[in-house]
Amino acid sequence: MGLEEKLPSGFVLTTVEQAAGWVRKSSVFPATFGLACCAIEMMTTGAGRYDLARFGMEVFRGSPRQADLMIVAGRVSQKMAPVLRQVYDQMPNPKWVISMGVCASSGGMFNNYAIVQGVDHIVPVDIYLPGCPPRPEMLMDAILKLHQKIQGSKLGVNAEEAAREAEDAALKALPLIEMKGLLR
Amino acid sequence: MSDQESGAGAVPAPRDEHGEVIGVRKGMFGADNGGDTSGYGGLIRTVTLPGATSRPYGGWFDEVADELEGALEEQGLLPGNAIEKTVVDRDELTFHIAREHLTTVARTLRDDPALRFELCTGVSGVHFPGDKGRELHAVYHLRSITHGRLIRLEVSAPDDDRHIPSLVAVYPTNDWHERETYDFFGLIFDGHPALTRIMMPDDWQGFPQRKDYPLGGIAIEYKGAQIPAPDQRRSYS
Amino acid sequence: MTTPHATPRATTEGTVYTVTGGDWDEVVESAVKSDDERIIVNMGPQHPSTHGVLRLILEIDGETVTEARCGIGYLHTGIEKNLEFRNWTQGTTFVTRMDYLTPFFNETAYCLGVEKLLGIEDQIPDRATVLRVLLMELNRISSHLVCIATGGMELGATTIMIYGFRDRELVLDLFELITGLRMNHAFVRPGGLAQDLPPGAVDQLREFVKTMKKNLPEYDKLATGNPIFKARMQDVGYLDLTGCMALGATGPVLRSAGLPHDLRKTDPYCGYENYEFDVPTADSCDSYGRFLIRLEEMRQSLRIVEQCIDRLAPGPVMVADKKIAWPAQLALGPDGLGNSLDHIKKIMGTSMEALIHHFKLVTEGFRVPAGQAYTAVESPKGELGVHVVSDGGTRPYRVHFRDPSFTNLQAMAAMCEGGQVADVIVAVASIDPVMGGVDR
Repeated sequence: MGLEEKLPSGFVLTTVEQAAGWVRKSSVFPATFGLACCAIEMMTTGAGRYDLARFGMEVFRGSPRQADLMIVAGRVSQKMAPVLRQVYDQMPNPKWVISMGVCASSGGMFNNYAIVQGVDHIVPVDIYLPGCPPRPEMLMDAILKLHQKIQGSKLGVNAEEAAREAEDAALKALPLIEMKGLLR
Repeated sequence: MSDQESGAGAVPAPRDEHGEVIGVRKGMFGADNGGDTSGYGGLIRTVTLPGATSRPYGGWFDEVADELEGALEEQGLLPGNAIEKTVVDRDELTFHIAREHLTTVARTLRDDPALRFELCTGVSGVHFPGDKGRELHAVYHLRSITHGRLIRLEVSAPDDDRHIPSLVAVYPTNDWHERETYDFFGLIFDGHPALTRIMMPDDWQGFPQRKDYPLGGIAIEYKGAQIPAPDQRRSYS
Repeated sequence: MTTPHATPRATTEGTVYTVTGGDWDEVVESAVKSDDERIIVNMGPQHPSTHGVLRLILEIDGETVTEARCGIGYLHTGIEKNLEFRNWTQGTTFVTRMDYLTPFFNETAYCLGVEKLLGIEDQIPDRATVLRVLLMELNRISSHLVCIATGGMELGATTIMIYGFRDRELVLDLFELITGLRMNHAFVRPGGLAQDLPPGAVDQLREFVKTMKKNLPEYDKLATGNPIFKARMQDVGYLDLTGCMALGATGPVLRSAGLPHDLRKTDPYCGYENYEFDVPTADSCDSYGRFLIRLEEMRQSLRIVEQCIDRLAPGPVMVADKKIAWPAQLALGPDGLGNSLDHIKKIMGTSMEALIHHFKLVTEGFRVPAGQAYTAVESPKGELGVHVVSDGGTRPYRVHFRDPSFTNLQAMAAMCEGGQVADVIVAVASIDPVMGGVDR
């Protein structure tokens, strides 16, 4: 990708970020990565009633090389995990991942030997979408949230700094089991 | 509880007592490490599967049994040797077959014009760790489209010699079904053209649906709390 | 020009290329150079046209497939094992997610098995049985619609996909109205149903039948006589009766070979013997015949749905035995569906026994006498059989699903070998395998 190598510095970078984010969010190409029940809802989202074309992303790409969004739609088995990772690696940067449905997000009700307990063990996830399966409206909401995230994404030195901050925050974060108080 | 029992009757009574004991459960809530403080430690429950039925079996069951025995005798096979026992339970006819005669019996059931069980709906493995010498069962359901009948064949193998003859030569549909049962229970079907894993990755260790294989879940963490995996929780034995 | 993604890698079996589209030139070049004409192409498990995570291993000679094999298990979920750690009623939540396009068939087959073990088949209320039939037939329509839609999409006919999903949404609206969920309902329970029809459902059902009758001929207009569609489908995926019987294929695949074998007629369950409908067959043994059968089955399903609506008489939808019936009195509350406040008030305030009973039944569940049972229903894909084993406890000892997709998919090799690569897609789509059901 040529953009990353030709970045300006200073305040112009922020303007470039905004322009690049706007362009990127307006033409996201999802890869067809349907696994289970959620894939059917993903296809429904692309079909007539919910019409994903309104957000410029009804064209699901068959080849991961032409896609920049992977919607992991369904339960990821131990056998599928290496395949999923390979597909992710084949996608060009910048790329995003939506973990659609509770199985992909945390293993869900299938807490057993066969299912990977959360696709974030394999690939970094940008949006976790709950539901079993999530309604098409929920998927669209997740996609719009991802659009916001893409719009605000950083480039160049800013991106490095943002990554560092995120890393620091993650290191300081309290593990779930040590949290106290109400369950919310 | 008087207002609750106005229904059509209580839970069906346990079946006849002469069944086949396949295991004994003790205590409750899965407490088996000696530290049982539940108060249920003395509870003992034998697990009894329906036992052998004597004739008449009723309906078309007798006809099928007669035809099968006759056809086996014609081939010089003593029916008593091939059919270990016959069970009629819940309107279903089950033949327990000695494993060395399984192929002959299946071929007879398929080819004999009076039997004609053309369709095999695959094999289902069941693991009874408490049933010593017959731990692994393979259950076949055969359907006759000609006569509109359904019967069940049950074959068992001890855990230290898990071999059962393959039925792929008789029912090619059993190809994947036998691979699946091998994959999940470790039953080796002798004569299968390519008995390899089908569901699990090729390098998987163990046979996941056996009773001695753990479910393999992880404990679920919440804010400040943890719930053990489903197979680690307390259970009503 | 070298493409970094398609770097060759020598193995004992020959040179292996990892190609992901767009960089075929290099492969073709080296294939021309090599003296071995044989190329093995690995399609999937992640491929837009393989109907889910199915992996096809094709040995090709030019455009001809000389050998075809399936790799499955990429969606193996261990549902059968999970069932052994939940009580009998909770089992429906799992089985509904097996073949996710036919949830009601999975649930009904499982519940019929549990009811057979309990010996309460005769006590299931009529209304529950009629509603089960109604839901199953609606489900048959939605499943066939997805089959036709995705099958069309895999051919490149996107319009059919849009049409199929449009009509499927109508069915899903009904499901949502009746069960509260679009998919994965867990609505059929051992002993009956979770709940009765909501008010206004019958009117909506009638409205749906009317709309569907108007919409179904559109598929005929769009596809049945379409010369391109016919050219792609006719004589593709050929499997005759002998092949079907040997491979245990059931459902539309078997009926396309001319045998009118349908469990609803030959081994009726849920009172199917009292409904009027036909079993469509074809004698072409090919994908086109299967497509026509699916279309006709949807019309027959509509007929059954109409008869169900007429047959609905008021009454309970759960078995009267309070030791089995889930002790819930569901009602709509401010936070969604839940136990009705009156019921909670009653068991908390006036009847200690009822509270204990409720607690026992929900946490422990009912016990099922030891034994085994096999029940089968005619799912849209074929014979869906359930082998249930109980050891007398509150949880299933073993549940095995004989999924029709799993069995029918074995026929893929017989259908594809000797044909063109492009026809493999059509043949697989005509089997309509759902990987959730294949791998479970």
